[in-house]
Amino acid sequence: MNRIKLLLILTWLLVLALGYRPVFSLNTCVECHKALDEKNSAIVEDFKKDVHFQRGLSCNSCHGGNPKIGMENPWESMNPDQGFVGVPKTSEVPQFCGRCHSDVEFMRKYNPKLRVDQEQLYKTSVHGKLLRKGDKKVATCISCHGVHKILPVSDPNSPVFDVNVPHTCANCHANTSYMQPYKIPHDQFEKYSQSVHGEILLKNRDRSAPACNDCHGNHGATPPGLGDIASACGECHSNNRDLFDSSPHKQAFKENGFPECATCHDYHLVMKTSDDMLGVGDKTVCSQCHFDSESKPYRTAFQLKAKLDSLKNSIRLAQNLVEKAEKAGVDVAKAKFELNLAKDDVIKIQSLIHSLSLERVAEVATEGMNKAQVVQQSGKEALFDLKLRRIGLGGSAVIILILAFGLYLKIKDLDSRSKLK
Amino acid sequence: MKIDNRLRQIYQWLDERTDLKKVQALLLHKTVPQHKHTVWYYLGGMTLFLFTVQVVTGILLLLYYRPSAEQAFESVQFIMTEVKFGWLVRSIHSWSANLMIFTVFLHLFSVFFLKAYRKPRELTWISGAFLFFISLGFGFTGYLLPWNKLAYFATKVGTEIAGVIPLIGGFLLDFLRGGTEVSGATLTRFFAFHVAVLPMTVTLILVLHLYLVQKHGMSRPLNDSTLRPLPDMPFFPNFFLRDVLGWTLALGILVALASIFPWELGEKADPLAPAPAGIKPEWYFVFMFQTLKFLPAKILFMEGELAGILFFTVLFILLIFVPFLDKKANLGVSSKPFVTVGWMVVAFILIMTLLGYLL
Repeated sequence: MNRIKLLLILTWLLVLALGYRPVFSLNTCVECHKALDEKNSAIVEDFKKDVHFQRGLSCNSCHGGNPKIGMENPWESMNPDQGFVGVPKTSEVPQFCGRCHSDVEFMRKYNPKLRVDQEQLYKTSVHGKLLRKGDKKVATCISCHGVHKILPVSDPNSPVFDVNVPHTCANCHANTSYMQPYKIPHDQFEKYSQSVHGEILLKNRDRSAPACNDCHGNHGATPPGLGDIASACGECHSNNRDLFDSSPHKQAFKENGFPECATCHDYHLVMKTSDDMLGVGDKTVCSQCHFDSESKPYRTAFQLKAKLDSLKNSIRLAQNLVEKAEKAGVDVAKAKFELNLAKDDVIKIQSLIHSLSLERVAEVATEGMNKAQVVQQSGKEALFDLKLRRIGLGGSAVIILILAFGLYLKIKDLDSRSKLK
Repeated sequence: MKIDNRLRQIYQWLDERTDLKKVQALLLHKTVPQHKHTVWYYLGGMTLFLFTVQVVTGILLLLYYRPSAEQAFESVQFIMTEVKFGWLVRSIHSWSANLMIFTVFLHLFSVFFLKAYRKPRELTWISGAFLFFISLGFGFTGYLLPWNKLAYFATKVGTEIAGVIPLIGGFLLDFLRGGTEVSGATLTRFFAFHVAVLPMTVTLILVLHLYLVQKHGMSRPLNDSTLRPLPDMPFFPNFFLRDVLGWTLALGILVALASIFPWELGEKADPLAPAPAGIKPEWYFVFMFQTLKFLPAKILFMEGELAGILFFTVLFILLIFVPFLDKKANLGVSSKPFVTVGWMVVAFILIMTLLGYLL
């Protein structure tokens, strides 16, 4: 008997040592659904990986009923008297999830930092509004998060993990026939994938780049209004947003109904910016609106680009000199550091362009040119120094050779006197 | 005439106090044997010349160098870019260091093959062997001082090797690094070794070495009877001027190397950055480094790396005791197995160094 007790204690200790893992105790839902068809048994398997199950919830936490009874007659456990609510209709899903996820007290027990306004936000979203109008095709909670295998957002396998979000949205939004009744474009994913944001997020898997939800919102997903685009982009590009807000474009775009940032940078197909976008000429974005060469905006565009180009040319000259000196073995670390400061001014101007202020751009360009000129001077001095080194080397070589030759003659003389070989 | 008298008076004044005449007589009577291997006699003097260059350029570098992880790299950068002729001084210091170790190797092997260590020059050899080890120590400690990326990681690997030694390995690693990692503490230590401990030690041993060379004179190689007809060369001025000619040419080569190929500084060491590919120690350690890389993980009952370290330790101990191991040399006979082993060591060093750079 003592041995049995000891065995039990050891088993219990073993369980403790292995760590607690939630396991289904005898559960009518599990037992029955496992025994049903493949689809139902898959639900049981999926649910074992579900975050809700991992945190100690079970089938009845959402669907109600009493899993502790009804092993002989399953309908007993699925009796409405036992609180059974079954599978919610599509239109009921947000409220179904919201029973817990909108409950501050309840959610605090599991994840105090998780927001509880998802249901409210969803109601304000295009999805939520259409759902209320009876559209059953729109996305509800389960369309994005899954049903019985809901993973934490931080799990790379979750469909709402940053890198997976564009694919998840694309499941519906890139489906031509599915989106046909809504009469909205369905090429967003294709464009996004080619954009600088898509390349960083999808190819480089760098989570600092925005996915769909970063501009459109998560649960309250909606396209930003024309006047809100700068706010959406400004979440990350805050400096450019402020500069844009202070520019004459802000008012002009508003009056003409232009979509702020997207007017020049596009919506989903935001490409890596290039200085070729600036100035005048067929390929520049400025010339899309400002084509009258006599107009002030046209001249401003030309001058802004000219300032930027002069600085870049000055930097290029300085860089050539520095590289030439470096290749010849002169240490130019300090000059390179200063050159980087001038390059920083190029970036500053590329951003300041959004203000359209010729004065501000000219000020930074002058600062940058001064820095580049200092570097050019350093480069010239380094090359002159190099020339001096070579002259010095030649001179010292001649002196040393003369000295060596003199010594050689002296040795010869001494040897001949002392009759040595 | 007046000047001559004045100089004679000064000479006499000095002679009364320092026995200058004796030194002069010693120099004038000192001779150097002449034979087909005489050329090897210049290597010791050449090494001494390069060592003097090291001391002079080292002192000049000390005026600006700052031995801390925060400032070392920047101070060397300052020397290279801002200090007048700083680039030349630093480049000469680096080139001269490498040339000096090269001549030390040549000097060591020339003395070995000419069997110049035989009685009564055993102590000259032993002091020379210690000077060889100290030269390597100078190289190892000096390499880290610019605090650049390559030096940092090479030192990390080098000190790790020292840490493998049983019993004292842990202590040695801590002692060299001044902690568990290569850090500013390691730099300070290496600096102290490079500019204080090693120079002091080398000066003492060098004085002994030079005294012994003067006392016993140049050794004649074995079996040089065929060359006997040649008269000995007076050390002063004939041999000395040849030495000076060699030094002048060496100075020319040094200045040319430093001007055409200034010693690079590289990037500042970043302990948090990943180690760059192809980390290698300085060329004179490559043969040991490559051997350790070739060794299998286990040799008999011990780790391969440890076996390698033990092998080199034994080799260095045997090197010290060469005069006592080569008993035939004292009898005036060349020991063929001894010479063969010597050539095998030379071949081993050359092949391993080559493989280190090719693989």
